[in-house]
Amino acid sequence: MRYAGRLSVLAAWVFALLIALFLASFADAGRLGQERSGELAARAELAARLRLTDLALFTEARYTRHPSLADLHSAAQDHPLSLEHFPSGSLLPPPAHLRNHASLDRQTTVPD
Amino acid sequence: MRHWIARQRYLIDFTLASLARRKTKNIGLVLVFSVLVFALASVTLLTSALRQEAARVLAQSPEVLLQRMVAGRHDLIPPGYIERIGRIRGVQQVEGRLWGYYYDPVVKANYTFEAAADNPPPANRIVVGPGLARFRGVQAGNVLSFRSYSGKLFTFTVDAVLPAESELVSADLVLLNEADFRGFFDYPAGHFTDIALSVANPQEVRTVATKLAAALPDSRPILREEVLRTYQSIFDWREGIALALLSAAILAFAILAWDKASGLSAEEKREIGILKAIGWETGDVIRMKLWEGLLVSLGAFLIGYLAAYVHVFHFSAALFAPVLKGWAVLYPSFTLVPAIDGLQIATLLFFTVFPYAVAVLVPIWRAAITDPDAVMRG
Repeated sequence: MRYAGRLSVLAAWVFALLIALFLASFADAGRLGQERSGELAARAELAARLRLTDLALFTEARYTRHPSLADLHSAAQDHPLSLEHFPSGSLLPPPAHLRNHASLDRQTTVPD
Repeated sequence: MRHWIARQRYLIDFTLASLARRKTKNIGLVLVFSVLVFALASVTLLTSALRQEAARVLAQSPEVLLQRMVAGRHDLIPPGYIERIGRIRGVQQVEGRLWGYYYDPVVKANYTFEAAADNPPPANRIVVGPGLARFRGVQAGNVLSFRSYSGKLFTFTVDAVLPAESELVSADLVLLNEADFRGFFDYPAGHFTDIALSVANPQEVRTVATKLAAALPDSRPILREEVLRTYQSIFDWREGIALALLSAAILAFAILAWDKASGLSAEEKREIGILKAIGWETGDVIRMKLWEGLLVSLGAFLIGYLAAYVHVFHFSAALFAPVLKGWAVLYPSFTLVPAIDGLQIATLLFFTVFPYAVAVLVPIWRAAITDPDAVMRG
């Protein structure tokens, strides 16, 4: 089937539709944000009540389940020189506090 | 103005007719371009939503957590620590937390056991996370048995399942009361896993942490701001890794686009020659090609971005789940609150539309300024 009208009109309609959908995605984001704010509040409330520190995204190892609580030797925790063996671990950097904790470490008399 | 618009419309008509003559090639190009934008936009949208989710959900996590380290490993907090911490000026509330991990050999999944301090379940009853409940196929009233690390079999009745909307933080949780927790893990009396404390003045958190490190040299204080920063950097890092992996695809596409846009086919060269011969100006030819570049790249950007939006926020980024899942058996099913970073989308728009439009221009300009006869002869 061939389009008989002017192609520029067809293109204008297609792009108007795409741009309208693009703008609608922002409106939809606002709507979903409101709709799901209750769920977010429920998660935050549960995290506060149970004093949780981490998201349950990666449950395969303790340093990926609780990256914020991982100890200083997490990646090699099973024996010295052990290689990192979990796929998530290869994507995780050392937690920020392990890299920026020097000031407190220096003040302890016994190294942790 | 009306004349200008009419002129552009004729140019667009001509451009589209010209694109339609090489239909398969151009549809393929828009498709590949859209898939690339889709992948990039999906990573961007998912990580910015997860980053915001972590920041908002963990905003009320304990202000300071205190771990005890023995030989570089996290160890139990012995009796007496809580009292000593309570005496430090600035500390408002001190509470020992009891939690640990359990590997369930039945389904080969890891669970997080926690003694609920607030509203604990009755003896021999547990509250489980929605991920675990789905995975083990249990609901309130069912019975679950776990063999403890000491070899004893413990049987618990599921008191309740945590609400499904909390799955992102509670998928693998098993909540039980303190006595059951200590019995199950054989925890010595008076010992805790770590200590959560709150500080009266939020500006003194760092000072209190320094005092804690000095008073209890074998302890490691972890501040809430560090927990939040960890999550920011995790998703920055993940986004970076995903983009680095995608860079091969970006490069391949760049070569394809450059080849398509910069190397004019003989047919295109002949077309330009004919246009020039019948009286088109160089400016018109360039304008026509600019429209071509703009229509292709803007169309691909819009299609790719819209598909990514629907993928991430309406289908929970289902295509990325295997990557996020890693080796974990228990993976939460969650819906994210959309967080669209306007700057990132604008950057993506700029880097998809602008280079393509420019790549189209250069060779056309070169062909359009040469003699029509020479161009047609190739």
